[in-house]
Amino acid sequence: MNFDKELNARGLSCPLPIVKTKKSLADMTSGQVLKVIATDCGAVKDMQAFADQTGNTLMSTAEENGEYIFFMKKK
Amino acid sequence: MTKKMAIIATKGTLDMAYPPFILASTAAALGYDVQIFFTFYGLQLLRKDLSDVKISPLANPAMPMPVPMPVMVQMLPGMESMATMMMKQKLKKHGVATLEELRDICLEADVKFIACQMTVDLFEFDKSEFIDNVEYGGAAMFFGFAGETDICLFV
Repeated sequence: MNFDKELNARGLSCPLPIVKTKKSLADMTSGQVLKVIATDCGAVKDMQAFADQTGNTLMSTAEENGEYIFFMKKK
Repeated sequence: MTKKMAIIATKGTLDMAYPPFILASTAAALGYDVQIFFTFYGLQLLRKDLSDVKISPLANPAMPMPVPMPVMVQMLPGMESMATMMMKQKLKKHGVATLEELRDICLEADVKFIACQMTVDLFEFDKSEFIDNVEYGGAAMFFGFAGETDICLFV
């Protein structure tokens, strides 16, 4: 999937993946896609909840080799 | 309309310092307008230097210990510092932010910190030992915001 920016949140625990996702999105423009890579399994539900509450779109969630990869489209 | 959250932080130990800062930084990331009212021992979390914020195994039977430790041993000098060091190592190993980091994230996200003036006076705290981004006020001032919140927590 194409993306405009990547956030490495590997090794970070709650709430850092969410806080850093929010910060990364702040410098982006509407419609751009942020790729987030996290290792905290709690991030799976948190990223969906973040999207639901902020109006950004979580386009996909995948797990690869113990890492979670998210594509978030900015509102 | 922007959602609001208010937290009353009353504890000054390492374990109890995390919940207010984690919840506040998360709420701010979700777009909430957040205020934390620090009162009694919670005021310790406003110090520039947080190295004195510790965890005690004493009277804390829920704290998981690597080996079971009788209360008589937990009382010994240095046990508190040891427990604090171990807890900090554990937090670091699991990628949990330090208190300083979380507090900075809150400040960057415009979380408002209010220190209870009455307890500052009661404990004769020196305001110059607190970080700069603190407002001083009383319960009535806090209610001005808390009364209109969607979430209000006492920690």
